[in-house]
Amino acid sequence: MSEHGSSPVIRTTRNAVAVELSGVHKWFGEFHALDGVDLKVMRGERVVVCGPSGSGKSTMIRCINGLEMHQRGKVVVDGVELTDNLKRIDEVRREVGMVFQSLNLFPHLTVLENCTLAPIWVRHMPRREAEALAMQYLARVYIPEQAAKYPGQLSGGQQQRVAIARALCMNPKIMLFDEPTSALDPEMVKEVLDTMVELAMDGMTMIVVSHEMGFARQVANRVVFMDFGQIVESAEPEEFFSHPKHERTKLFLSQILH
Amino acid sequence: MVNPNLDPRGYQPGGVPSRERRFRVTTWARANLFNSWLNAVLTLATLWLIWTVCWPLLKFLLIDAVWDGASRVDCLADRVGRDVGACWPFIGAKLPQLLYGFYPINEQWRVNLTAALGLGLLVPLLMPSLPYKTANAILFFGVYPVVGFVLLVGGMLGLEHVETRLWGGLLVTLVIAVTGIVGSLPLGILLALGRRSEMPAVRGVSIIFIEFWRGVPLITVLFFATYMLPLFLPAGWAINPLLRVMIGVMLFAAAYMAEVVRGGLQAIPRAQYEAAQALGLGYWRMMGLVILPQALKLVIPGIVNNFIGLFKDTTLVLIVAIFDLLGQLRAAFSDPNWAAPTTVATGFAFAGIIYFCFCFGMSRYALWMERRLNPADR
Ligand SMILES: Nc1ncnc2c1ncn2[C@@H]1O[C@H](COP(=O)(O)OP(=O)(O)OP(=O)(O)O)[C@@H](O)[C@H]1O
Ligand SMILES: [Mg+2]
Repeated sequence: MSEHGSSPVIRTTRNAVAVELSGVHKWFGEFHALDGVDLKVMRGERVVVCGPSGSGKSTMIRCINGLEMHQRGKVVVDGVELTDNLKRIDEVRREVGMVFQSLNLFPHLTVLENCTLAPIWVRHMPRREAEALAMQYLARVYIPEQAAKYPGQLSGGQQQRVAIARALCMNPKIMLFDEPTSALDPEMVKEVLDTMVELAMDGMTMIVVSHEMGFARQVANRVVFMDFGQIVESAEPEEFFSHPKHERTKLFLSQILH
Repeated sequence: MVNPNLDPRGYQPGGVPSRERRFRVTTWARANLFNSWLNAVLTLATLWLIWTVCWPLLKFLLIDAVWDGASRVDCLADRVGRDVGACWPFIGAKLPQLLYGFYPINEQWRVNLTAALGLGLLVPLLMPSLPYKTANAILFFGVYPVVGFVLLVGGMLGLEHVETRLWGGLLVTLVIAVTGIVGSLPLGILLALGRRSEMPAVRGVSIIFIEFWRGVPLITVLFFATYMLPLFLPAGWAINPLLRVMIGVMLFAAAYMAEVVRGGLQAIPRAQYEAAQALGLGYWRMMGLVILPQALKLVIPGIVNNFIGLFKDTTLVLIVAIFDLLGQLRAAFSDPNWAAPTTVATGFAFAGIIYFCFCFGMSRYALWMERRLNPADR
């Protein structure tokens, strides 16, 4: 667990809905992975999602950018409802950045090329401009000097920071993080979390699946606890950690906080 | 026998005094070739093998070879008064036929020009350090086939029409092989993508196509294209025999290529697909920019293997009366003016050398490219 000081005041400025899931169900064959999930995330809000392994956290977050399709209920992202319509899905994906647990930069491209790929080919940005933008974001995650290297030449933490920069280069309105630090060696966790904290300070709307409770305390407006495909509890961090209401939440917290 | 590069002491180009260098070569040999009984025996056995194979070959091809002559008598042992090896004047006399078939002599410059243009475009395309790759590729894949077609076939722009019936020799070998190679890779990629598609119709068609072409021997394909296809086509429809064979070879090769490419696609982790999708890349961009570059790189050895196989398989067109390099060679053997005991061996040696040069060239280029593409080695 990394140490971040007492939580700074981060205000949610605009009062519009960024992501809304209502009554979302998802089955994998017989297995009921999401069982009626309701979640509303406002612009500029930062939500941390936690829960035991297999509880459907990844599945939920992947439903938000169409990597998984929900089978019942409604998912609306930035005013666009996700349906089977591929155009809609692409529209949403352009506005939603995602960072995964696995290190999945494109190994055949340099760091800079990783960052400029989508702006050039999806946003049709001129190469020069895309490169300037990429350098700006690489500087923001503190690795501009690695731009010409290949992902295989970077440490896990550096790769994950590039992955954040790569997503930011698309100027997303919403950022999704699926356990971005859990594949990393402990000494690299902090550098990635620090980057995410700075992103939060800038007012980015973020949905973060993470068990880094220090991070949750510091930046989250809300912590959501999932179990068996349902959202069991949702509360402000202070409330969530000190007065969890449900038994399952208490059990879970006692396990991860020792 | 150990890779000499593993021992840096044995390999020092320039700047080393010769006495010391000789000393080092012997130490290197002792350390690497004779460092154990087994290794010593293997080294000696290999040397013996090289000797028994290479020496007679060298003797036949160079030492005992006849270099000048005008007809068979110059290659007869009785006339020459010694053992006679390769009869190179035979190749010299038949060279135009081996290269061009019966392409009219006055028009053969067109073949040469086509070959020169092709080389001039292909070589820079294959050298990664040279600029203007996109323009180069457009010229080679888009413009060159048209120019080559006009030049070789003629019948327009004041060029005399040359029927493909007259084409032969290396010209035909290369025309079939190059169109096969250039056509089968993109087609194979599309088939491989189709086979992994989520759309049942696309997947079904791809699977049927691939399995059909892999299920029949190339000879059957060639026979079918040449003798059966005309029966099915409506009257008045005639596809040029050479074109039929070219298409047959290309489709046949594409089916094999598809399976090689599919192997590469399967090796790319799902996370790569998802990362590309999450960035908003659509299907074709995801494939073209992220997945295929990685997948193709993985299967370069398999792809080149297919190219080499395809190049050699072109010799089968002989059985449908298209006279490629080997076909012309066979025709040349029947010339009584050159009927000498060693002509046949000479001819096959010549063809062997040509095929070897092309195939070995492809193989080496691929190996070099593979090393270059591996970021860890940079
Ligand atoms: N593609 C799939 N096919 C079948 N089952 C799946 C698939 N993806 C996920 N599941 C199942 O759905 C359940 C929820 O998976 P999910 O990945 O959302 O869990 P998670 O909360 O992210 O867990 P973890 O903390 O281990 O990442 C798991 O039981 C998993 O086995
Ligand atoms: Mg998960």
